[in-house]
Amino acid sequence: MKTTALNITEKEFLLSGNRTCPGCSLSLAYRHILKALDGKAIVTVPASCLTVLHGMYPVTSVLVPCVNTPFASTGASAAGLVAGLKAVGRKDLTVLAIAGDGGTHDIGIQALSGAAERQTDFLYICYDNEGYMNTGNQRSSSTPPGALSGTTPVVGKVQPQKDITAIMEAHELPYVATASACHPLDLYEKVKKARGINGTRFMHVFVPCPPGWRFDFSDTVKIGRLAVETGWVVLYEVEDGEFRLTDASESMARKGGKLRPLVEYLSPQERFRNLSGEQIEKMQARVEKRWHKFMERAGFKAK
Amino acid sequence: MFKTVLVPNEVPVSAGNSKTPVEKQTLSKQNVKIIDGNQAAALGAKLSRVQVIAAYPITPQTPVTEGLSEFVESGELNAEYVAVESEHSAMAVCTSASMVGARTFTATSAHGLAYMHEMLHWAAGARLPVVMACVNRAIGAPWNILNDQQDSISQRDTGWIQLYARNNQEILDSIIQAYRIAEQVYVPVMVCYDGYLLSHAEMPVSVPTQDEVDAFLPAYKPHTVLDPADIRNYNLVTLANPRNNAEGVLCHGYMEIRQLLQEALEKSLKVILQTGRDYGTIYGRSYGNYFWVDGVKSAETVIVAMGSLAMEALVAAEMLRKEGQDAGVLGIRVFRPFPREALARILKNAKHIIVFDKDISYGNEGAVCSELKAALYGTGAKAVVRNFIVGLGGRDVKARELAAAVKKSVKSGSTPQSHPEWLSRI
Repeated sequence: MKTTALNITEKEFLLSGNRTCPGCSLSLAYRHILKALDGKAIVTVPASCLTVLHGMYPVTSVLVPCVNTPFASTGASAAGLVAGLKAVGRKDLTVLAIAGDGGTHDIGIQALSGAAERQTDFLYICYDNEGYMNTGNQRSSSTPPGALSGTTPVVGKVQPQKDITAIMEAHELPYVATASACHPLDLYEKVKKARGINGTRFMHVFVPCPPGWRFDFSDTVKIGRLAVETGWVVLYEVEDGEFRLTDASESMARKGGKLRPLVEYLSPQERFRNLSGEQIEKMQARVEKRWHKFMERAGFKAK
Repeated sequence: MFKTVLVPNEVPVSAGNSKTPVEKQTLSKQNVKIIDGNQAAALGAKLSRVQVIAAYPITPQTPVTEGLSEFVESGELNAEYVAVESEHSAMAVCTSASMVGARTFTATSAHGLAYMHEMLHWAAGARLPVVMACVNRAIGAPWNILNDQQDSISQRDTGWIQLYARNNQEILDSIIQAYRIAEQVYVPVMVCYDGYLLSHAEMPVSVPTQDEVDAFLPAYKPHTVLDPADIRNYNLVTLANPRNNAEGVLCHGYMEIRQLLQEALEKSLKVILQTGRDYGTIYGRSYGNYFWVDGVKSAETVIVAMGSLAMEALVAAEMLRKEGQDAGVLGIRVFRPFPREALARILKNAKHIIVFDKDISYGNEGAVCSELKAALYGTGAKAVVRNFIVGLGGRDVKARELAAAVKKSVKSGSTPQSHPEWLSRI
């Protein structure tokens, strides 16, 4: 049965009143991730916005057991939980490692790659807000070109984004997927599917960040939806090597693959205010090229 | 290298109430194996029935990882072996596995230990009873793979208990004891032993049976495990000041949690002693004190060292005695917590204390010397304490050099030493 807003579990594992910023899409994503795991999980979290969300001792807003672990160690911490649970004979729990793009693409990639190469039985979710947002918005290897940040304050970032999902797919994992906080039912379905698979499951979740990207707190979902409609974010999953587009990306492809102009996504965000027309054109071309590759991979023909 | 083969029970041990039951001694001698230090460490972990092992090979620790892998793959040991991609990850695996209730073990050396540094703080701060073997090796730069104790001394302030073994018997025995200590006081334990001098030197080791170890070391029963049925959160952000929880109960601030760690280490002194004594009554080898001594009570001159270096000092003391110079030897086994009172008591009549360090706190002096001086301060001890830095990066330590340094120190009388002297250009 397809999950809808009407039949999704009402049980909450993320209580209201957490410490995230207004309009935070990580809250939205985390809420649906924990629902999909039905709370039967142990979570490990490195230093990140999620640490803030989890609260300050002795108060927490999250109803799942959690390990706060040092920045570089998320994948290894998960491997420790998996090995420990196996050693003590617990078989019913999912180990969820969840880290930001800094903790995944950058400082945490060694431990993550190690755990994935060992085919550790866990679910790793990277929530990507395209920068070091917990320390107040500095560039990460997931910050897009042209974006202003605390450490790319004048010119904006020059280099392209690191494609972490492709890197993780190269580990020959049983399940790799992208998702967006602003498409919560697709996210929920994917986490639920990942829960039932053995081995390392990797998910990349796009989480728009109003204070970091500088758009209105009330526009989080709008920005997230525009990201998919412009092809900036493509929703897909790779199950045992089988690639398929999902949710809005799938229906866009089915209808011929027409994208909304990228500028509609870029212009509401102050971080892109320095982009020239030429830069935007280049970005548009890059997004289209990538989108057509994905369509082709999924067996669609672009019109 | 050692001049003589040291059979543990032949080593002069004086320590508290170290009456060794004769029958047990005979019994344990039936299982004597000739093994190197790394084999002793792997065997100690196996006999402790560790459940999760995570380690990354590094010279000279590598054979420990290979030995344990073999135990696990052959089915001799029922444990999860996680072949991690780094030492930082090794300790992260151990801490997280410990949080769900598994008994964990790792081993490393030098740069591996340095790479683990952040996680060492995390293990102690989270009060997890992880045990590790540290095969002491010099730290770069420049590269050096041979022995000194700079690696573990550099981790002195991470909140771990540190035990230093003087021979392979002590490596095996200390690892088994380490679990009983760690799981009582919830402080991780590092069992340190000298690279090559012990790790790759074979000597007779009396190996207890699994039944004997099981009787001494019960299964790990953690006070807390992570479980959705009883939701807990490890290592949340904690403010400086105490703070109310949802029920209005005032809970610890960061300072209180840190103070509890210090108190746990202070309290562990008693636990270490009791554990050593209990071990002694079972196996006929006494660990009834924080250090071992040879001829210290009667001697005006005492040589202090740690690990296998103290065994070399025994040879030096013997040489000095032959020349008519009386010298005792004190080998430190427990470096953290530092047994201040016990050391001050036994050294109260000494006139000359010569501390040989295989480490140095750059800009000051050897760590063992500093610690010892601090222990004697204010106790009325009148000894002149002199410090020599020896054996760094595997430099051979000759007993005659140690003896010469002792003679020189005694001759200097009460003239203070302005800085530590190096036994490097002789």
